[in-house]
Amino acid sequence: MTATNGDPHGSSYGALTADDVARIRMDFPVLDQLINGKPLVYLDNAATTQKPRPVIDAISNYYLHNNANVHRGVHTLSQRATDDYEVGREAIRRFINAPDSSEIIYVRGTTEGLNLVASSYGRKFFKAGDEVIITGMEHHSNIVPWQILGKEIGIRLRVIPFTDQGELLMDEYEGMLNERTRLVSVVHQSNALGTINPVSSIVEMAHARGIPVMIDAAQSIPHMPVDVQAMGADFLTFSGHKMYGPTGIGVLWGRADLLNEMPPYQSGGEMIRSVTYEETIYNVIPHKFEAGTPDIAGAIGLGAAVEYLEAIGMDRIAAYEQALMLYGAERLSEIEGVRLIGTAENRGGVLSFYMEAAHAHDIGTILDAEGIAVRTGHHCAQPVMARYEIPATVRASLSFYNTTEEIDALIKGIDRVIEVFG
Amino acid sequence: MASDLSDLYQEILLEHNRRPRNFRTLEDATHHADGFNPLCGDEISLQLRLDEDTVGDVGFQGHGCAISRASASLLTQAVKGASSEDAMAMFNEFHRMLTEPGAELNYDLLGDLEMLAGVIAYPTRIKCAILAWHTLKAAMDGEGIATTE
Repeated sequence: MTATNGDPHGSSYGALTADDVARIRMDFPVLDQLINGKPLVYLDNAATTQKPRPVIDAISNYYLHNNANVHRGVHTLSQRATDDYEVGREAIRRFINAPDSSEIIYVRGTTEGLNLVASSYGRKFFKAGDEVIITGMEHHSNIVPWQILGKEIGIRLRVIPFTDQGELLMDEYEGMLNERTRLVSVVHQSNALGTINPVSSIVEMAHARGIPVMIDAAQSIPHMPVDVQAMGADFLTFSGHKMYGPTGIGVLWGRADLLNEMPPYQSGGEMIRSVTYEETIYNVIPHKFEAGTPDIAGAIGLGAAVEYLEAIGMDRIAAYEQALMLYGAERLSEIEGVRLIGTAENRGGVLSFYMEAAHAHDIGTILDAEGIAVRTGHHCAQPVMARYEIPATVRASLSFYNTTEEIDALIKGIDRVIEVFG
Repeated sequence: MASDLSDLYQEILLEHNRRPRNFRTLEDATHHADGFNPLCGDEISLQLRLDEDTVGDVGFQGHGCAISRASASLLTQAVKGASSEDAMAMFNEFHRMLTEPGAELNYDLLGDLEMLAGVIAYPTRIKCAILAWHTLKAAMDGEGIATTE
């Protein structure tokens, strides 16, 4: 029952207990505060997660003791900064089971990962008439880069439709794959619906025709084991700040043979091997894609976040969040006038809902008055809203530090909405 | 710190949300504009008929939260029959009411618009209240499109 993609880490060690969660909550200082006189109930984890003390400490420690530029100086601080920066890269490699740490490219986040592939891989390998397949539940960041490329070189975007429950129509997908398809770029877990897409099957069907697959793992990697080799992906990208790390740092993983074929995305320092006015020889991966001084503190913080998640165990996190989501879905479905948006069989800790009586923003304001933080709006997925013919939803998104008591507080908050809006 | 919710969601505001005034398209509009709040997806389409320099008629369509809908409804009541200069003076006073705490306000000019004063305690919602007014200004200026960003 754990929300895994069927990879070898899928065995369950049992979910977190209430005591475990109480201890975990103490690692997150921000959770312990009153908002509008009520205990903070933070249910906006799909937007960004809170940061545990070890992540905050790793960042502070770098600035307090080791701050220097990386891969530059021969002095001691530079060596320490470089070591920690590269330790972070190795931690991430281990976390996603990538074959080699040189395939781990630090970027600013998922958006930059997608843009890097569109810009570098796309410009080199796509030509007019080629097709890129995405799903109907993508974040705008996996739509717009392909549209821009489409205008520039004339590629066509194909979109896999999905059912009312939020499940991809795999037959439609299979029908879209053809000799013009150059890339399949799909979201692993939908930010708006919570659907966990069958990425292994998606990859298998694309690879049968020699087509590479890119996975947007922004919403999956904080919540379940992700193994790029088990999945069979060719590119995978995610953001640090949604997985308990800092903002401004993320990862693009790509197969080394593909990355080696790709031209640089940005240019400048770090990414070069030698420069004369006549010619520049590019550095090897990952440095070829890391022009300029990187977000060193961010990479160190992300490395600490990965270690923090590993210590808890992604299987246990997935099992706990799954149970919490099902509890929340059941409570919400008991309220008349609340319609859950996204009810796929296989879905993660996202409770997206719509109320006829009140607009999402009014609900958000009323919940905030109760100390409850949720996201309201279109979640940067306007085509998903259009699919359901609604302007916006309220989204409560879960973390392993959330509790059933917090779900109960949400339900009470919705009762308050009904009181006000009748 | 948000103030008491009942200051924001007054019964009369909720009533304007449920039953917005002048929620219709005009047959004889001389000016119109569409307003968008790209952050939340609120959309409003506002039409008016200027007779010489007086707002002869005004109506709106669209979707949004209770604040934006009630604000648009109140706007149509406030500006109907007013000169375009007076309408812009109302916008200015309304803007001050929502953005300048403790400002001395001309309540005669504001009239029923005062019921939105509670929005000042909710900074994330000020754009909801002001969207219709930006749209009115865009319509009068012949700009066609207004956005809160």
